[in-house]
Amino acid sequence: MPDRREFLKRAASVAALAAAGCGWDGGPLWPLLRAWDRPNEWLQKSLAPPGGPRARIEAPGSESAAFPQYYISPMMPRVDARIWRLEIGGMVARPLSLSLADLAAMPRVTLRLRHYCIEGWTAVASWTGVRVAEIARAAGADPAAGFVDFRSFDGGYWSSWDRQSALHPQSLIAIGMNGAWLTPGHGAPARLYSNLKYGYKSVKYLTGVRFVPERTGGYWEDKGYDWYASL
Amino acid sequence: MKRSVQSVDRPVRFEQPLLLRLTHWLNVVLLAGMIASGLQIYGAYPAFAERGADFCCWPLAGKRFPEAVRLGGWLAGGLKWHLFLMWGFVANGLVWLGWQIGSGEWRRRAFRPRDAREAWHMALWYARLRDRKPAYQVYNGLQKLAYTGTFALGVLAVATGFAIWKPVSLPLAEWMGGYVWARFWHFLIVWAFVGFTIGHLFMTLVVDREATRSMIVGAYRDPALEKPRAPAPSPPAGEGDARPA
Repeated sequence: MPDRREFLKRAASVAALAAAGCGWDGGPLWPLLRAWDRPNEWLQKSLAPPGGPRARIEAPGSESAAFPQYYISPMMPRVDARIWRLEIGGMVARPLSLSLADLAAMPRVTLRLRHYCIEGWTAVASWTGVRVAEIARAAGADPAAGFVDFRSFDGGYWSSWDRQSALHPQSLIAIGMNGAWLTPGHGAPARLYSNLKYGYKSVKYLTGVRFVPERTGGYWEDKGYDWYASL
Repeated sequence: MKRSVQSVDRPVRFEQPLLLRLTHWLNVVLLAGMIASGLQIYGAYPAFAERGADFCCWPLAGKRFPEAVRLGGWLAGGLKWHLFLMWGFVANGLVWLGWQIGSGEWRRRAFRPRDAREAWHMALWYARLRDRKPAYQVYNGLQKLAYTGTFALGVLAVATGFAIWKPVSLPLAEWMGGYVWARFWHFLIVWAFVGFTIGHLFMTLVVDREATRSMIVGAYRDPALEKPRAPAPSPPAGEGDARPA
């Protein structure tokens, strides 16, 4: 099975081919195809309101035997957890700078969820962490901030979410996976995790969470993946 | 061949309405685009197994489809095309269905359980296991089965597609045995479409070429009407064309 890095390499070579005229991506129609994300976003929100109830908790013991690790940096990103901080900012009443211990001391939940990669594979894991909604409450996020921007130390990888999906009870800042602390391969010290959107929306190696008035795109989203990307 | 036996009692005269012809040819384009972009999407993970597990039923895992039959250039391009053409595919199907119901044409085109016997007899006749061709008007049971079946296939394609597009928001994937299976059903439907198309092309390009013509210009000219077996009285001067109206 190809891993994500192999996929990246392939995507790059396919992009080169596309430039040469093969594997047509739509050429002059590409802007239209991208603009069509908006009707699709409307359809997705019609099928499931972003803040609505959507459990699909997996059965105990259904954790997958393998769970791909993925990052865009040339080497696995690592940080000393003792100096690491998660900065909560943007339109908030009380900007926070949280250590891993601070996060671990906040109310925690564990959810066993199926991970859906946009490539088409799935894997199940249980994730332990603090709800983004809990952090928004602690920081006093301004209700006028309609979007949440997630930054990382993985080569500038980032994504942004609509507020309702980010504050959904199934969206966590995860610090544990399958009963253990998060490992560097899966985004340690802390990562976003949710089963409401495709995997590329769940930013690993978090450094910052900002409540913002506008959507700020994302690493893959700016290349062409769907921004709303609801499951 | 059909031409020689179609001498039968009831020569067929009818016309494919413009709306039906338009939706048919639009569907050719849309379905081709859906399949090509789907094969592009498939290439991002050309397998069905959940991570760390096996999948019983797809021996060609790991193999991608050639560039020439893919649309989109890469995964995001394939998805963009797929989710764009999807609207047209669904809308076209709804227009077609609305026309069938609104015009009442479904009565002589839709397959119903009582057509099963005739479909079977037609199949036997085509297989040369039956001497006498069943008598029918416009569409025989086998045609009704094929055309109604391919519409059902379209409905299943859309249902399985939504199942894997929204596996958390909608319960569809669960009903289909989970995401992995829903994705597999969606994939198999492609091959059912391809199988139908091969049979359809054979029937309309080899067996009954008038059907191809009628799907383009409308009027179906039954050979039995065009060339009566009995020596025909000489046509009146001028308009001698027996083209059915």
